[in-house]
Amino acid sequence: MEEILTITLSTLAATIRVSTPLILAAMAGIFSERSGVIDISLEGKLLAGAFIAASTAAVTGSPWLALAAAIAATMSLSMLHGFATITHKGNQVVSGVAINIIVSGLTVVLGIAWFHRAGQTPALQNDARFMPIEMPGVELLSNIPILGDVYAKLISGHNILVYMAFLSVFVTYWILFKTRFGLRLRAVGENPSAVDTAGISVAFLRYRAVLIGGILTGIGGTYISIAQNASFIRDMSAGQGYIALAAMIFGKWKPVPAMFACFLFGFLDAISIRLQGVFLPLIGEVPVQLIQATPYILTVVLLAGFAGKAIAPKAIGVPYVKER
Amino acid sequence: MKIIKLAVVALSATVLCAGDFKPAVVFDMGGKFDKSFNEGVYSGIEKFKKETGIGYKSFEVTNATQREQAIRKMAKRGGNPVLGIGFAQGPAIDKVAGEFPKTSFAIIDMVVSKPNVQSIIFKEHEGSFLVGMLAVMASKTAKVGFIGGMDIPLIRRFACGYEQGAKYTNSKIEIIQNMTGSTPSAWSDPSRGGELAKGQFDRGVDVIFAAAGGTGIGVYQAAKDAGKLAIGVDSNQNYLHPGTMLTSMVKRVDVAAYDLLKSVQTGTFEAGIRSLGLAEDGVAWALDEHNKALITDAMKKAVDQAKADIISGKIKVHDYMSDNTCKY
Repeated sequence: MEEILTITLSTLAATIRVSTPLILAAMAGIFSERSGVIDISLEGKLLAGAFIAASTAAVTGSPWLALAAAIAATMSLSMLHGFATITHKGNQVVSGVAINIIVSGLTVVLGIAWFHRAGQTPALQNDARFMPIEMPGVELLSNIPILGDVYAKLISGHNILVYMAFLSVFVTYWILFKTRFGLRLRAVGENPSAVDTAGISVAFLRYRAVLIGGILTGIGGTYISIAQNASFIRDMSAGQGYIALAAMIFGKWKPVPAMFACFLFGFLDAISIRLQGVFLPLIGEVPVQLIQATPYILTVVLLAGFAGKAIAPKAIGVPYVKER
Repeated sequence: MKIIKLAVVALSATVLCAGDFKPAVVFDMGGKFDKSFNEGVYSGIEKFKKETGIGYKSFEVTNATQREQAIRKMAKRGGNPVLGIGFAQGPAIDKVAGEFPKTSFAIIDMVVSKPNVQSIIFKEHEGSFLVGMLAVMASKTAKVGFIGGMDIPLIRRFACGYEQGAKYTNSKIEIIQNMTGSTPSAWSDPSRGGELAKGQFDRGVDVIFAAAGGTGIGVYQAAKDAGKLAIGVDSNQNYLHPGTMLTSMVKRVDVAAYDLLKSVQTGTFEAGIRSLGLAEDGVAWALDEHNKALITDAMKKAVDQAKADIISGKIKVHDYMSDNTCKY
């Protein structure tokens, strides 16, 4: 019993650690896509954020400066995406893919030029990273069975960016569904000409949406390089931006369902790690590849309309052209 | 007899004077300062340059399409020998070696069957055997772990040698093995490496051998954060986290590169497979000031004994790549 609890808790704690960058990137995707701009470049922005954060932390030793620099970098990439697709009405997918390719190469080139370590950044000491923080009351609750363990291992003991990720979900929900800005943002993704007729600038709204996406991916990238790890390594985002995109679609472009989709994908990842090479009675060796592929299969099933319906914002992918 | 010898010396001297010996090296992605594989080759040929005063041409490949062009260019400009580094350059060397039959080629970590190519491979299973023994002797929980990068036969060879070494020391030992993935991104996913390590720690493992490129960095970091032990790979990575890096399984690519140039210079170059194991000092385990405190005299003695036994043939380490199974 004791052992089962420990394993369950450690798997769930791993789920939270793995899900954090996915949640941040998925929220970024929701802002951008709800305003009608497809954001394939989530992957590239995570990677850019990770690189700038690790470099800044290596030079200054301050994780907060690193976070700020990473956000600045990802926001400028968002501006680039916006400039290409909103101002110049370029193809949004092409622009996103271009950003991914540029970042993948540029981080390595800059890394070699700055640190001479084949694109790696120097390993960081603990005070230059976001380290796990212990929440108050762990000692107090430790005597209570189960609850004490859950509090100590699951809720406490993560770094501050994890809590920021959770906060971002509720902030996203609040902005999108409870503020005037959010209402307009959703409207611009469904019917931009109506918004335009009402005298609101479509371009300005969309720019703000992709910039918020930049902030969130900057935090996500920082988490990957200086909280989860202690240095930047080439292509270290390893497809998490794409998984976040899938989670966002799986969550039907809504913040809270998207968060749960991230949890589901994170949980499948955590469990596949723990089940690799394990022999279970009756089943034999666990087919981890199947578990790893599950998120994508689920997304395809959902998109094909077999389980529920994922309806994208109506004006997504279409640059807004004012009628003359 | 003496005359013939003299003639040979004179001939080889004239050959050298004619400028036929122009070493050329094509580094692979990662570049010559990658703190690992390529840098090992770089230090080997730099040593050769210092000793002989003979310079060399080099090129650093930065994307996959450059490999063949770079190797062909080196051969065209009279490079001899042309050394390619890493298994990924295999097809390119194979093609260009056919186009320049009079030039000597060499490749590290891959077998290319051409009459003018020397294929330098390492017996990683022998080195992994030794670090497997060290892992078990350092483990307090009788559980040791292995984390591989991309799931390819070369990495299975590491895993299989490690397993044999571990079982040799303690036949009841439990070994937990994980592969990071089945695509090239498995070489550069430290987050996943860290999670795999944490997963193994949760299951009671306290020493992990990671043969996973950049992914390994995450494993070593996780070991440091958890106060457990990790084993590095390819080059000596003990310095990364002194105190939690038990040792490193080192491939002496520097020695291999140096020997290659020397053999071409002295005219003893031979095409075919050159396999470097413990006997040739091609693989080794690293002991330096960073891990001195972790290795006891008894551990060192046991490993040195096993090394001697492997060289003498008393212990046979099964090579996974010989039959693609790990039955021994």
